[in-house]
Amino acid sequence: MNRAQPLAIRCENLSLSRNQRPVLDAISCHFPAGELAAVIGPNGAGKSSLLSCLAGILPPAGGSLYLGDSPAATVSAAKRARLMGYLPQQESPAWAMAAEDLVALGLLPWGRSIERAQRRQRVAHALAEVDAAAFARRPVTQLSGGELRRVQLARLLVGQAPVLIADEPGAALDIRHQLQLMQTFRRQADSGKTVILAVHDLPLAARYCDRILLLQDGRLRAQGTPEQVLTPAQVGDVYGIRSEFRWRDGRPEFVSGDLL
Amino acid sequence: MAMLAALSSGPVSIDLSAAIAGGWHSDSSDAVILWQLRLPRAVLAIVVGAALGLGGAAMQGMLRNPLAEPALLGVSSGAALAAILVLYYGAAVSGYLLPLLAIAGALLAVGSVWLLAGHGASASRLVLAGVAINAFLSALMALALNYAPSMFAMQEIVFWLLGSLANRGWDQVLLALPFVVIGTVFLFLSRNYLRALSLGEASASSLGFSGRRYPLLVLFGIAFAVGASVAVAGTIGFIGLVVPHLMRPLVGQDPGRLLWSSALAGALLLLLADVLVLNTVGTQELRIGAVTAFIGAPFFFWLIVSGRRELNL
Repeated sequence: MNRAQPLAIRCENLSLSRNQRPVLDAISCHFPAGELAAVIGPNGAGKSSLLSCLAGILPPAGGSLYLGDSPAATVSAAKRARLMGYLPQQESPAWAMAAEDLVALGLLPWGRSIERAQRRQRVAHALAEVDAAAFARRPVTQLSGGELRRVQLARLLVGQAPVLIADEPGAALDIRHQLQLMQTFRRQADSGKTVILAVHDLPLAARYCDRILLLQDGRLRAQGTPEQVLTPAQVGDVYGIRSEFRWRDGRPEFVSGDLL
Repeated sequence: MAMLAALSSGPVSIDLSAAIAGGWHSDSSDAVILWQLRLPRAVLAIVVGAALGLGGAAMQGMLRNPLAEPALLGVSSGAALAAILVLYYGAAVSGYLLPLLAIAGALLAVGSVWLLAGHGASASRLVLAGVAINAFLSALMALALNYAPSMFAMQEIVFWLLGSLANRGWDQVLLALPFVVIGTVFLFLSRNYLRALSLGEASASSLGFSGRRYPLLVLFGIAFAVGASVAVAGTIGFIGLVVPHLMRPLVGQDPGRLLWSSALAGALLLLLADVLVLNTVGTQELRIGAVTAFIGAPFFFWLIVSGRRELNL
């Protein structure tokens, strides 16, 4: 069993350009272990770019990124893979492999250090966690979009890496599985993992996340608790909609209104 | 069994058991035919078939595309062009020069594809670069054929392009084998990369398979294995395309295990195709490239029609 140490992530002045257009501009942020963080912002704000940079898929043009205390550049790709799980926004399987075989690919960074029996057990457990045990043996090409997404989430969870990064993990899911998913990530964070999600669903983010980062045009507009970030003024300014943030039975609630 | 069939096939019928019993050093003509003609030919069929099957499986895995084949990135045409130029200039082809130059041609072609595709190239950009390089190499080949110095040279080039296992001996086996082994080792080392790649490039990178190392390993693995086999046997099509298709459902679609099974199946298929060649009577020996295409193409039709759902195209 790999009982991974908690690992915080920190970046300073992270910037990135694509085709001479800046997509991330001097982003400084901190993701402590044990917290569930949501990166929000309108389409094209740089959410996916930020997540790819944090996951080490895109090398940033400037700034520095730290995994715990060590600069990310000093961590080998193989080691980083054991520290961080990453699920991109779009992931289409190339072959019609069985769902459980796809999930098992999430264990590749550990190679043979995990025994076969334990591997099976962890795959089954991860599939159960996303309510996908029923189609463990179905070819992934025959699954619906939401079912496939849940299988891919199981692939992310199976590695039990201390840092989990997922780009719009719930976008294809029905409302029940969205709630289940957020609860799963909540549990992961509560068990000491660092969880970073890109999210469009602001009510879900408000309800489950500890920390929200609001991006606009590649800049970090605001970061803090949902209550600090999802103010009507800030949401109105960035998204151009009316909204309300309130507490109900001790839980935060975000309600969106009309266009401004 | 296929091996026995291959050994007992040939223009002259021999007493197989006596020849085997006679051993390597026996002087009887049957033994010479067996040990110096048929056995190396069968071994070569196995080596070449395995390299082509392996190369096809690796190429399809790397490009995440079931229609990819080893020739796609210029490996075969690079090797073929180098060989043609040697034949063209009629260099008194000492046994070793032709294959060595062909391997160099394959490496050169793959290297240019890599450079053309550029830094951190995606699969689609690699394919595009491969198509461009292939087109350029075909143009050069056409030019070489066009200005072939004699009918004889032209015929030799065309036959070479069709692929053949005829008149090959232990020299060719020994020449191809080391390169095929090197290529096989490269591809073996990249099997987990190919597995991770079934998820996509970004996900593979997040699983620890990032940077240029792994795609280069695969490309050069293919260039060595396939380039060496093209060098000794000419261009033999369809094995690299059809065999991975055939084996994929049998290994649970796992691109890693597909490497081995495709190598085995490729070896078997080419050996059987060669048995067919040897047992076909005619004035001109049937070229094995034509045979594999004849087996492969209808098989492919059948595969597409029967498996439209599973093909996932």
